[in-house]
Amino acid sequence: MALDSMQEIFDAAEAGGREFWEVVLDTDMEERSVTAEASMEKMRIAWRAMLEAVDTYRGDRLSASGLVGGDGKKMRNYAAEMNTLSGPYLAAVIASALCTGESNACMRRIVAAPTAGASGVLPAVLIPLYHRGDIDEDAAVRGLYVAAGIGAVVGSRACISGASGGCQAEIGTASAMAAGTLTALRGGSCQQIGHAVAMALKNLLGLVCDPVAGLVEVPCVKRNVVGAVNAVSCADMALAGVESRVPVDQVIDCMGEVGRKMSEEFRETALGGLADSPFGREVKERMKNRV
Amino acid sequence: MLDIFDILGPIMVGPSSSHTAGAVRIGNMARSLLGGEPKTANIGLHGSFAETGPGHGTDRALVAGLLGMRPDDLRIPRSFELAEKEGLEVSFRKVELKEAHPNTAVLRVSDGSGRTLELQAASTGGGRIRVDALDGIHVNFTGSFNTLIIRSVDVPGKLAEVTWILEHGNVNIANMNLWRAKRGGSVLMVIETDEKVSPKVRTLIGELEDVTGVTYYEREDA
Repeated sequence: MALDSMQEIFDAAEAGGREFWEVVLDTDMEERSVTAEASMEKMRIAWRAMLEAVDTYRGDRLSASGLVGGDGKKMRNYAAEMNTLSGPYLAAVIASALCTGESNACMRRIVAAPTAGASGVLPAVLIPLYHRGDIDEDAAVRGLYVAAGIGAVVGSRACISGASGGCQAEIGTASAMAAGTLTALRGGSCQQIGHAVAMALKNLLGLVCDPVAGLVEVPCVKRNVVGAVNAVSCADMALAGVESRVPVDQVIDCMGEVGRKMSEEFRETALGGLADSPFGREVKERMKNRV
Repeated sequence: MLDIFDILGPIMVGPSSSHTAGAVRIGNMARSLLGGEPKTANIGLHGSFAETGPGHGTDRALVAGLLGMRPDDLRIPRSFELAEKEGLEVSFRKVELKEAHPNTAVLRVSDGSGRTLELQAASTGGGRIRVDALDGIHVNFTGSFNTLIIRSVDVPGKLAEVTWILEHGNVNIANMNLWRAKRGGSVLMVIETDEKVSPKVRTLIGELEDVTGVTYYEREDA
């Protein structure tokens, strides 16, 4: 199977009496000619790397520009000591997104999902569930197949890089992957997974990629939080029975079209948006001529 | 279709798959194809690699690759210190190339005992790379396969001898290309294989008459 439409995955799941994640696993086994065990072992390694990035985060590193570092720690301390607005799970999601986003900016090890800049979204929604015992490692690994399947469809129909489609293609896709994964892990049907994906992507449609000084720092790290929190809300909506009016594959196609029509200034060139603010230009000047 | 582990992956040291992970792979490729421990490296950075490279750790990533590291190596941020310890002397310059991918590096490396290599490669996205030139000869390969680089004198039948050795070493060829500067001059063969190529097979190829050099890049484990 080509993993180029969500509908096709739903149909394959229904026809074969398989779950969403199993269809993605079957496809990987076929494409790379590997056993289920080999494929799942590789996915397990990815999961452990995600977990390690968050669990070993100390908040003691700064990024190249010095603009990023330490916020994950602030959020963790706040969540531990104060009565947060968002509650324990969501506060942990926010903290985890910051920890991974910062880890990436500060040259620690992460798993691109689907990109390095958006690497914080998916682990942010899964790791708090794992830590509080809602899911075990096997469930997390199954979840990652759901995420990978969704990402593959978006990559095939639209795009998953900021240079091609703006931030909606990176954080938007990551958020859609996370929303679908959460829905699946909570026992949602294929249709509900589709609605969660569609809603998450729709909510971030049009988001531009405008990194200050061209670095994966500002606003990338905090946008991981937005992607993660959006995913949680969309999964909850889908599980509540809320549906996306626009079918999921059409939403993905729209994201691709918006990306193609987005002016170049907003596609990772650091020529527009926050990158072109007086602050952004100042940082760019400061980072110049370091070769 | 997309490999699902291109969606969830690579596992890498940040911050950028193209500017960091890809840069490590380019450095590693140069080390492998030099066929010896690099002792000096002059690294030209083009386009976006020159503009935002240092902020993305591109410089440290390239050096990490030259030291033999892979994109997930936690020592990447410290590669400059490690290079000094291992006696690798590195210099950087900005270059402006014609019609090159924006994320391109040109590495001139030598092992201090006569071996030299100039490699031009681009980081094409998601950590993938493409080698565009070797010693000024235009080539095109990506390191997704095990890759043999064979230099020889341009005489008839050389390719057949090489493929005969590979056949008898049970190595299947996935892709193959042959370039030469001029008739009767020197030839560069790029042979991508499914199986790993053992040191024994490589030695046999190296011992063929008119073969002047064999180097080899082994792909990262899938």
